[in-house]
Amino acid sequence: MLCVLVVLVVYAAASNAVDNLKRANVASGFGFWDQAAGFDISQTLIEYSASISTYGTAFWVGLLNTLLVGAMGIVIATILGFTVGISRLSKNWLLAKVATGYVETIRNIPLLLQLLFWYNAVLKALPDIRDSHRFFGSYLNNRGLFVPEPLRDPGFGWVEIAILIGIAGASAFYYWARKRQMATGQQAPIALVTLGLVVGLPFVLFLLLGMPLHFDAPQVGRFNITGGLALQPEFVALLLGLSVYTAAFIAEVVRAGILAVSHGQTEASYSLGMKSGPTLRLIVVPQAMRVIVPPLTSQYLNLIKNSSLAVAVGYPDLVQVFTGTVLNQTGQAVEVVAITMLVYLFISLFTSLLMNIYNSRVKLVER
Amino acid sequence: MTMSEGELAIAEARFVRKQTLEQQPPPASMAGPIGWVRENLFSSPFNIVLTILIVLLALWVIPDLLRFVFFDAVWTGTDRNACLESVQNRPIGACWPFVWERLPYFIYGSYPIPERWRVDVFFVLLAVGVTWLLWLNAPRRSLGVFYSFVVLPILSYILLSGMPSIGLPVVDTVLWGGVLVTIVVASVGIACSLPIGILLALGRRSDMPTVKLFSVLFIEFVRGVPLITVLFMASVMLPLFVPEELSPNKLLRALIGIALFASAYMAEVVRAGLAAIPKGQFEGAMAVGLGYWQMMRLIVLPQALKITIPNIVNTFIGMFKDTSLVFIVGIFDLLRTIEVSRIDPKWATPVTSTTGYLVAAIFYLVFCYGMSRYARMTEARLSKATRR
Repeated sequence: MLCVLVVLVVYAAASNAVDNLKRANVASGFGFWDQAAGFDISQTLIEYSASISTYGTAFWVGLLNTLLVGAMGIVIATILGFTVGISRLSKNWLLAKVATGYVETIRNIPLLLQLLFWYNAVLKALPDIRDSHRFFGSYLNNRGLFVPEPLRDPGFGWVEIAILIGIAGASAFYYWARKRQMATGQQAPIALVTLGLVVGLPFVLFLLLGMPLHFDAPQVGRFNITGGLALQPEFVALLLGLSVYTAAFIAEVVRAGILAVSHGQTEASYSLGMKSGPTLRLIVVPQAMRVIVPPLTSQYLNLIKNSSLAVAVGYPDLVQVFTGTVLNQTGQAVEVVAITMLVYLFISLFTSLLMNIYNSRVKLVER
Repeated sequence: MTMSEGELAIAEARFVRKQTLEQQPPPASMAGPIGWVRENLFSSPFNIVLTILIVLLALWVIPDLLRFVFFDAVWTGTDRNACLESVQNRPIGACWPFVWERLPYFIYGSYPIPERWRVDVFFVLLAVGVTWLLWLNAPRRSLGVFYSFVVLPILSYILLSGMPSIGLPVVDTVLWGGVLVTIVVASVGIACSLPIGILLALGRRSDMPTVKLFSVLFIEFVRGVPLITVLFMASVMLPLFVPEELSPNKLLRALIGIALFASAYMAEVVRAGLAAIPKGQFEGAMAVGLGYWQMMRLIVLPQALKITIPNIVNTFIGMFKDTSLVFIVGIFDLLRTIEVSRIDPKWATPVTSTTGYLVAAIFYLVFCYGMSRYARMTEARLSKATRR
């Protein structure tokens, strides 16, 4: 009976949609994908120009912008969230209270309000270009954040190769050291060797080649800043808002994860003669991570989904470019909204797939 | 019995205290305020550095904050000149007269002024319903459920949108705004999401393949996409799917979007509660001859919902915050009334935005923090039953 009902509803909806679309004179199908877009996008990671690029290109520009802000937001939110989460458990009363206050305040204010606050009340209220805040050769004003852009000189390729060799060497050493420890019980200074190979080797080469890297510092003109790497205020506001908001949730996840490791584990480790460093590294963290990682991933997904609020501050993400401008220009609501939803759905389902694999790997093996 | 010489000597050398010593206070460095400070603020060099850093941070932030909210704030005035630094020749903090003047707009939106008493009555009716439901020892709670889920929605609808036959002029939903809309959207979302969410959760555990497939697809789909795309879908696609003459208004479309979105999240919360009920409860119910709906209504759901109350409230908090997103599809909720007011030329000053956002933040903070305290309280109350 439910089947019949669903089929009837879908049929009614579809026939209504066809009627309404015909009346509104809107084409259907995905033909618009290859049509010229004709609008500008303020931040593009791939080549895009209003006159020749298609709606399809606009889609990719928006998607890449979403992924950019998502990836950077995840990194910042993780660092901030772990710091706050551990601080909440600190023995230092003041620190614990400050961390609790942060979590309780940020979690209870809508993200949209926070984004508007960062964008309109903080970044738009900054001084104009002539009175920019200056620090470390960077400029902060109401047009955004301008930082020196590192530019590679010819020899820099060798340094990059050295980094890759360092990583390969370090992993080889790690496996060798693990094998030897399993066989003989002797420990090798893994951390030191890794540091030497991954950071030291490229750095020495960098010095030997005469530092083949220079910075293109932003230059302040009368009305404009030229050169350097410009971060738009929309991007900065969205990144700040998303990171600060998600960090509060990550902090709770981390705190719950650490509390989930029973105190007996720490005590048992001490009684075996392990110091607090190895206890944390080898006993507490691996067990806590098992509890932390699944909810942490869903927070990452939330961050990516929440990045769709970019539309409120005008950052050209997928929703703003595609569901906003493209939809308004073409009027093909069904297709555009469906594509947007499928993209987010794909990201979510793909992540849950990875999560399930991870879960089955770290699951407690019981009898 | 006599003792030998040696034994006697030992006995006399033995010292046994007959009275207990008078108790002494712990050393001053370990107890009292000093001990507390040593233990909690200065227990190690790292902690000392942390404490000093935090105190410095507080000294940097708190005076500025107090100055903005109180000392430099403007308390009276009629237009932007009162809050302009260049006019007043002093540093300016929050612009409170802007809030006083705009407060009715923040609360009622453009609801016609002579009809605003209806909104007040709605708030009171809603408050009664909410208290009745949340107060766990309240009398006649089943009546409370009936009142909140049946009587209240009908009464509110008549009251807010009007019914000319009993003398209440119709007020178009375009005129609704501010806190009124935020509360209406949130309560409709909550009231719809709970029953639909329960049905979806039951559907997901059902043995009927179509029902199960439909529930799983719906839940996973909605949870996988951002709310804003659901709202876009509701606002641009819904009018396409119904005959033109039935086309719902803007507010109704957003309400449908929010309700669908919230139901999917609620379904997962309820499902977790159902999973926590031991199988014996189901089997016991079936053994005494209860049918599926009787079993669910009388045995399983009361237990499952009880243990999920904290999670349900947490979902409500999330939803209450999410209602602010209706702003983006052009509905005048609290946030949008503030956005509109802050760029109004009559009050536009450098501090107006911050003042407006501060008001909104306090509103959401009070409501959400209150709800989370309630969730924690019920959690403590529920764990009392199982604590040993």
